[in-house]
Amino acid sequence: MMLRAIWLIVRKDLTVEVRSRELAYTTLFFALSCVLVFAFSLVQEGRAADGVGPGVLWMAIMFAGNLALGRTFERERQAETLRALMLVPAPREAVYLGKLTGIVLLLALTEAVLVPIVAFLFQAEMLAHPFWLISVVATGTIGFAAVGTLFAAMLVRARSRDVLLPVLLYPITVPVIIAGVRGTVAIAQPEFDAEVVRFWLTLLVAFDVVFVTLALWTFEPVMTD
Amino acid sequence: MSVDFDEVAVEDVSRHFGRRRAVSRVTFRVSRGMILGLLGPNGAGKSTLLAMLATLLRPSSGNIRYGALDSSARASLRARIGVLGHDLFLYPELTARENLAFFGGLYGIADSDSRARTALERAGLDARRDDPVASLSRGMRQRVALERALIHDPRLALLDEPFTGLDDASTEALLARLRSLRDGGAIVILATHDLDLAEGLLDHALFLREGKVIQAMAAPGGLRATYRHVIGRS
Repeated sequence: MMLRAIWLIVRKDLTVEVRSRELAYTTLFFALSCVLVFAFSLVQEGRAADGVGPGVLWMAIMFAGNLALGRTFERERQAETLRALMLVPAPREAVYLGKLTGIVLLLALTEAVLVPIVAFLFQAEMLAHPFWLISVVATGTIGFAAVGTLFAAMLVRARSRDVLLPVLLYPITVPVIIAGVRGTVAIAQPEFDAEVVRFWLTLLVAFDVVFVTLALWTFEPVMTD
Repeated sequence: MSVDFDEVAVEDVSRHFGRRRAVSRVTFRVSRGMILGLLGPNGAGKSTLLAMLATLLRPSSGNIRYGALDSSARASLRARIGVLGHDLFLYPELTARENLAFFGGLYGIADSDSRARTALERAGLDARRDDPVASLSRGMRQRVALERALIHDPRLALLDEPFTGLDDASTEALLARLRSLRDGGAIVILATHDLDLAEGLLDHALFLREGKVIQAMAAPGGLRATYRHVIGRS
């Protein structure tokens, strides 16, 4: 029941997105705009300072992720479909995991476009170690989205949800973003050190485990009343 | 685990939102094969009461019992409760069939797609089943929403203003559907302002005002006159 419910929610979110293309376009456009603005500002004579590219990449992911989270739950609020999801006998955790998976997939799509562009514009050697890069970006995205999905669902009825979401989300996800940036910087170093990358990746996995566990634990009570 | 119940008992239930008392010490019982109407002006507490019966809200005090179960068995109870809310609870980008199949799947129906087709045939929307919900008229959407609420054959059907946006033919179809639910052994609780439509349909009526039950009536007749008398008097 749990896995079926997760799959149904993910498939529904993807179907809605394929038909509207609203989130993919706005998230991607917003993230690319961020990257371009920083590129014009920070790239001098075809080069940026070391570590700038990964920093810009994660900032774009953070801002675009906030936008995607807000809009995903705004969709569920408009026809009160989140309420309908709360009425089904499937475990509430399945609803959370379904929404989380949908957001992670959407951000993964954005990142697939974003990473090569950042690597090119900032001359960052991130693509030399694709396995490590995908691992760091994926774990960082999951950690960010795990907290974001919980907060976005909690705030769906709050009048000032658009302001409150980043106010709550950014401070709590700062450790994930720092680990993501440091891990990506380590990957982009000319002299690649797998031990350093492994350290940041382990930290990100630990954050993911803690955040997802806490979110699963709190989702049912915070969504009941 | 599949659960079932023959009766819903609301025992001295209150619900507060901060200092505002939305429902105050409400008590009633409703059994299988009955339609209960919650009648009252806006802000009387009808929707809050329905939300508590649906397990979406916890009572501030009092207890709601579903046969031998209380509302702490939320997850298994939800499999036997169907809710039609003020809003339609439908995804406008999905087709009518996709909406019903999606919710049917979440209710654990094995072949939810064929159940969705059957439901849409019953609602007279077979020809529009593959149209996005956004392209349907308000009345058609309301009919799809009703089928969504009933896709899993609930024991308890909770309907908030189910006649909204329906034309005469659809209203007649809905009345017939509600009677067939009652004849099939469901417990139907509906909140409505439409006293003319409720006339002859309800087995019991509760008149609510400011969260309190002002009067309870069995097999009510002359609802409008009673409503004017009861609500006006209070």
